[in-house]
Amino acid sequence: MQLSRDDLKRAYRSMFTIRTFEERVDKEFALGNIPGFAHVYLGQEASGVGVCFDLTNDDYIGSTHRGHGHCIAKGCDVHGMMLEIMGKQGGLCGGKGGSMHIADMTKGMLGANAIVGGSPPIAVGAALTQKLKKTGRVAVAFSGDGASNQGTTFEALNMAVVLGVPAIFAFENNGYGEHTASSYAVGAPSIAERARSFGMPAEVVDGSDFFAVHQAMGRALERGRAGEGPYALEIVCSRFLGHFIGDPQAYRLPEELAQARGNDPIPRFRKGVTEAALLDDADLDAIESEVLAEVEDAVAKAMAAPRPDISTLETDVYVRY
Amino acid sequence: MSKKTYGQAINEALRGEMLRDPNVIIIGEDVAGGHGASGEPGGVGGVFGMTAGLYKEFGPERVLDTPISESAIIGAASGAAVTGMRPVAEIMFVDFVGVCFDQIYNQAAKFRYMFGGKAKTPMVIRTAIGAGFRGGAQHSQTLHPLFTMVPGLKVVIPSNAYDAKGLLISAIRDDDPVIFMESKVLYGQSMEVPDEAYRIPFGEANVVREGKDLTFVAFGAMVPRALAVAQTLAAEGISCEVIDPRTTSPLDEDTILESVAKTGRLVIIDESPPRCSLAADVGAMVADKGFRSLKAPIKAVTCPHTPVPFAPNLEDEYMPNPRRIEEAARAVLGYR
Ligand SMILES: Cc1ncc(C[n+]2csc(CCOP(=O)(O)OP(=O)(O)O)c2C)c(N)n1
Ligand SMILES: [Mg+2]
Repeated sequence: MQLSRDDLKRAYRSMFTIRTFEERVDKEFALGNIPGFAHVYLGQEASGVGVCFDLTNDDYIGSTHRGHGHCIAKGCDVHGMMLEIMGKQGGLCGGKGGSMHIADMTKGMLGANAIVGGSPPIAVGAALTQKLKKTGRVAVAFSGDGASNQGTTFEALNMAVVLGVPAIFAFENNGYGEHTASSYAVGAPSIAERARSFGMPAEVVDGSDFFAVHQAMGRALERGRAGEGPYALEIVCSRFLGHFIGDPQAYRLPEELAQARGNDPIPRFRKGVTEAALLDDADLDAIESEVLAEVEDAVAKAMAAPRPDISTLETDVYVRY
Repeated sequence: MSKKTYGQAINEALRGEMLRDPNVIIIGEDVAGGHGASGEPGGVGGVFGMTAGLYKEFGPERVLDTPISESAIIGAASGAAVTGMRPVAEIMFVDFVGVCFDQIYNQAAKFRYMFGGKAKTPMVIRTAIGAGFRGGAQHSQTLHPLFTMVPGLKVVIPSNAYDAKGLLISAIRDDDPVIFMESKVLYGQSMEVPDEAYRIPFGEANVVREGKDLTFVAFGAMVPRALAVAQTLAAEGISCEVIDPRTTSPLDEDTILESVAKTGRLVIIDESPPRCSLAADVGAMVADKGFRSLKAPIKAVTCPHTPVPFAPNLEDEYMPNPRRIEEAARAVLGYR
C-alpha cells in the first residue's frame, strides 16, 4: 500500500509522540511525580504505530501493562493520559486506573491491562461483536512474548479460529518477560509458529521497521475485514530500558544492553523517508517541535491539576455498603 | 538473633527449609533471578527479591524459573506435592490467582478430602498482597476471604518479621496446601528475629497488646495500624487490646472470644471490601458465641465495595486508615 506524504507525517508524529511521552514519563517518574510503577514503550514505537495505523475508532485494541504507546497509536489524548498516569482529576479514567489501566472507549481502546494474558480473550469477544454485527471491523490483542505463554492466550488463539472471528494477535517479542528471556521461556521455535499451529496465518516481522509492520498488518487487516478469520504477527523489537522504570537489569549482559538501542525505529524511519526524498528534514523537524511542545504542555497541566475529588471513591459502582 | 526485615525473614525461612529438606523446591516467575538471554540468571530472586541467592546456592533443579503460566505453576506444584515433593510456589501478586484459581480451589485444596484422606498435598503458595503502594486495581488486592472460605486451604497472613519466619517454616512443614500472604507494605519493616529455625503453630492468635476497654482484631498490614490507634487512645486513658489472628484458617476463635469477654467491645480491621470479609466472618462468630459479653455493637473497618483506586488520595481513603479506625473505636466506646 502506497503511503502519501501526509500518511508518512502522521506515522512519524505518532512514533515521535510515543518516544517523547515515554522519555518524559521516565523522567517524571524519577522525579517522584508519578505514583506506583510504570512500564515504558521506548524502542517499540514502530510496532504500535504500524499495527494501529489503518485502524479506525470503530476497530478495537486490547493492550498490556506496557500500554502507553498503544494508547497514543490508537489516538488517545496525551493530556488525558498524562493526567491519568499522575493520578489526577480529568485523567482518561478519572485517576482511578493509572498507567496500567488507561482506556478510551471512544477510540476503540479497550484498556491497558495489568494481567499478563488479559487482553487476548477480550479481543476475541470484541471481534465476535464485529462478526455478528457484520461491521467489517477488527479487534487487535497486543501481547508480549511473556504473555504468549499464558493459558488464556492459548485458549483465545484456538477459539478465534474455531469461531472464525476477525481477531489479530500482535505479539511484541522484545526478548524479555520481566527478567526472563523469551529464548528461555518460549518453548516453541517461534511465537508465530505456535500461532500457526492453532490454524491461523502468522508471520514474523521486524518491529523496528515501521513499513514492515504496517505491511504485515495490512495483510492481517485484509483477512479480518473480509471476514476470513484471525491472524497473528510476531513483531520482533527491542526493549530499550528495564521491565519497569528503575529496573537495574542485572540479567542482561553489558554487550546486549549496549546493543539494545542499535536498531532504533525512529532514526531508521527518518533516514528511510529522507533518503527516498519522500519527506525532508524540515518536515520532520517541524513535527518534532510540535510534539515536544504538546508533551511539555501535557506535563505542565497534569502537574498543576488537582487530585480526583474524594467523593469519586465510591462512584462508578452499582451499590454501596 | 539480629535485626531482620520481613523480607529477610522470609528468605531465611526458605533457605533454612531448603537446607533441611531436599524435597523443598521453589517454583515461579523470575524466582531464580530471571534467566537472561545469556542463559544465566542475574540474581533478582523474584520481583520482590524474596528468593534472592537461592538459585546460586541450590541450583536449577531446586529453584525453577517458569514462563508466565500461573495455572501450570500451581498445577505443577500440587502435582509434585502429591507425589513426594514439598514445593513453594510463588504467585507474584495475589491478584494473579484469577488465572489459576481452579488449580488452587478445585485441585490442590480438595485432594485430601475428595480422595478419602489418601492424599497429602504439602505445598505453599507465597503471594504478595495489599494496597498502599499505588499499584492500581489489579496489583493491590488482598483476597484473603476468597481463600479462607475454601475448605482444605490453610491461610496465613503474617504482620511482622518474626511471625513471617516462624509461620513460613510451619507452612513448608505442613502437609496441607497453605496460602502464605505477604504484605507488600511490610517487606521493609524490621525487628529482632532469631537466626535459628522456629515454628509458629497455625490457629494461635497473637495478643499484640493487652487492654481492657476495647478489642481490636486486625489482619496483616492492619495490625500496625491498630497498634498506632491503640497508642493514641492510650494517651486518653483508654486501654485497647490488639489481637492478630495470624492465620485466618484455621482461626483462633478462643483468643478472640476471651478478649471480648474481658473488654465487651470489638472493632475488626480488615483490608478488604466489607461483604463476606474476615470482618463479617469474625463479627458473626462473636455475635453468636460471645453475645453475652458484648456491651456495644461490633464495628468493622474495611475498604469500600469498590476496586482499589489508583490516585493516591483515593487509595489512602480506600484503606482502613487511622482516622476511620479511631472513629469506629470511639463509636463503640461511646455506645449507650
Ligand atoms: C497473570 C500475570 N502474571 C504475572 C504478571 C507480572 N508481570 C507483569 S509484566 C510481566 C512480563 C510480561 O512480559 P511480556 O508479555 O513479554 O511483556 P513486556 O513486559 O515485555 O512488554 C509479568 C510477569 C502479571 N502482571 N500478570
Ligand atoms: Mg516481552
